[in-house]
Amino acid sequence: MIPLEPHLCQRRDGGAKLLVPYVTGGLSDDWVDVVHAAVAAGADAVEVGIPFSDPVMDGPTIQEASVRALRRGTTPGSILADLARVDVGVPVVAMTYYNLAFRMGDLRFARSLAAAGVSGAILPDLPLEESADWERESAAAGVASVLLAAPVTPDDRLAAIAARSRGFVYGVSRMGVTGERLSLAGSAGVLAKRLKATTDKPVLIGFGISTPDQAVEVCAEADGVIVASALLRAVLDGGGPEAAAGFVGDLRHALDAG
Amino acid sequence: MSMTEPSSGGRFGDFGGRFLPEALVPACLELEEAFRAAWADDAFRAELDGLLVSYAGRPSPLTEAARLSERLGVRVLLKRDELNHTGSHKINNVLGQALLCRRMGKRRLVAETGAGQHGVATATAAALFGFDCVIYMGEVDVERQSHNVFRMNLLGAEVHPVSSGARTLKDAVNEAMRDWVASVTTTHFCLGSVMGPHPYPWMVRELQRVIGEEARRQCAELLDGGVPDVVVACVGGGSNAAGIFAGFVDTSARLVGVQPEGGAAIGRGLPGVVHGSKSMLLQDEHGQVSEAHSISAGLDYPGVGPEHAHLASGGRAEYPSVVDAEVLDAFQLLSRTEGIIPALEPAHALAWVVREAGRAIPSGSTVVVNLCGRGDKDVAQVMAHLGHER
Repeated sequence: MIPLEPHLCQRRDGGAKLLVPYVTGGLSDDWVDVVHAAVAAGADAVEVGIPFSDPVMDGPTIQEASVRALRRGTTPGSILADLARVDVGVPVVAMTYYNLAFRMGDLRFARSLAAAGVSGAILPDLPLEESADWERESAAAGVASVLLAAPVTPDDRLAAIAARSRGFVYGVSRMGVTGERLSLAGSAGVLAKRLKATTDKPVLIGFGISTPDQAVEVCAEADGVIVASALLRAVLDGGGPEAAAGFVGDLRHALDAG
Repeated sequence: MSMTEPSSGGRFGDFGGRFLPEALVPACLELEEAFRAAWADDAFRAELDGLLVSYAGRPSPLTEAARLSERLGVRVLLKRDELNHTGSHKINNVLGQALLCRRMGKRRLVAETGAGQHGVATATAAALFGFDCVIYMGEVDVERQSHNVFRMNLLGAEVHPVSSGARTLKDAVNEAMRDWVASVTTTHFCLGSVMGPHPYPWMVRELQRVIGEEARRQCAELLDGGVPDVVVACVGGGSNAAGIFAGFVDTSARLVGVQPEGGAAIGRGLPGVVHGSKSMLLQDEHGQVSEAHSISAGLDYPGVGPEHAHLASGGRAEYPSVVDAEVLDAFQLLSRTEGIIPALEPAHALAWVVREAGRAIPSGSTVVVNLCGRGDKDVAQVMAHLGHER
């Protein structure tokens, strides 16, 4: 596994804006090809969603992708087995909801991520007050526990989240669920700026970043972006790895051109 | 065991907590603080008590079910919360939460509903306080409870059918939470049961405690200062059960929460985390939440309130289950013996009493059944099940 934080810091410190596309694991037979295509097109890391039956932080696109993956019989084990067979070339960060980790047991879940080469994990329904056990067990397994900050997070919590997050800090761009938006929320830049003022860790902004222009705009403050629904939309509509490559390539080009 | 304030962070033993997105944590902290202050505020309590009396129609009577008792060989006392305004115990909770909403300076309520009783109660409170109101309801429930959908519309609420998942209560909760994430600065999530993130399980139980406190007093009058042998209530999320149990948890009374066979989180479930708290949960080996099944839309939920999981693990309360056929029989039996058509939800509690009278409930026992809702909403559905000839 590639250690997440050093990898992202190295790229950032080399002058690049970080680009992390999200792919729902087990979405289709060729989902791993979608991951490879995104990496070849310039992803600095890849977030792989492990679908959960009740994704309360997700809007219609990721819900649809989750349902489709679950109907194919996708399980946490099948996704990790698929990942273990390949070399993605950049760090993989798993995103799921806590019950899947809890059911397996925190440490066992963290170890199974590590064994599949996964570098980090995002559990959006595990806030500071509930995450101490998971942070300890994931650290023991060598998996970075990425914490999320929201626009309404007050300063003292923001500092604690930044201090305890590993790999990078995930800033939620706006109050709402995941999904494409026509315009970037003003809260995205504000949150990125607040996080940058409190931590040297990479600050990535996600939720609702749909276009190259929005990615460039948010990266005026942030170190990078996470892009999920807009990319998955293209894949769900039948575009396959080619659509993912085109979408990620456009974002890469825009971020590099600044 | 007692039913007091949960420990820091909202723990009832191993259960409860606050498992929710960071975006909602500040709102739950604010709500916890607002509720704690309000609950200690005599003026708030007086205003709520006033509404419960003058608007909801409390106290609800405790009725001796003489003919049913004769039939079963146990003495059955019915706590008549179906006589409340809007037809169920749900009004107790929403009046309290509406007052809190106003106290926090918010003017919009969102809520989930299964059978529609909580949706109707929330829409009612919203109308009373002049709040905007959006109710999320699974498409399946919209169909089987169309009568309640129309009631909510009459009361001025928007009803949003939810087409994800099994299209029942669990999915309605998901959608209400998604709304709340986007609207939390102006909106209060008026959760209908003793579930969700802290402080909801505690707060909703406290707001329903009035059922248990009244029943305790009424039993003392009727039983020469004594307490009943058994207190029975149905359990989906478990708010009516929590309310009546709270009045008897410190007595010798047996506490029984009756679950639907297809939604028996306690017994068939495993510990899990969904909708903000850790509790017993129907799920598969990987942790994917299962779809519950019940003839009663209000109990069609794969989880259960965390305090019930705690009461079960400590042995203070027991949580058996009944099947749909037993529920339909009990529904008809109460109608014919007492002239009271119960909702399908409390018909679960009655079904257990009917089945266990003279068995798990020794003959001659005194049993209080929380009749938490009336059956008007269920008549069309039961008619379809039984046929008109009955």
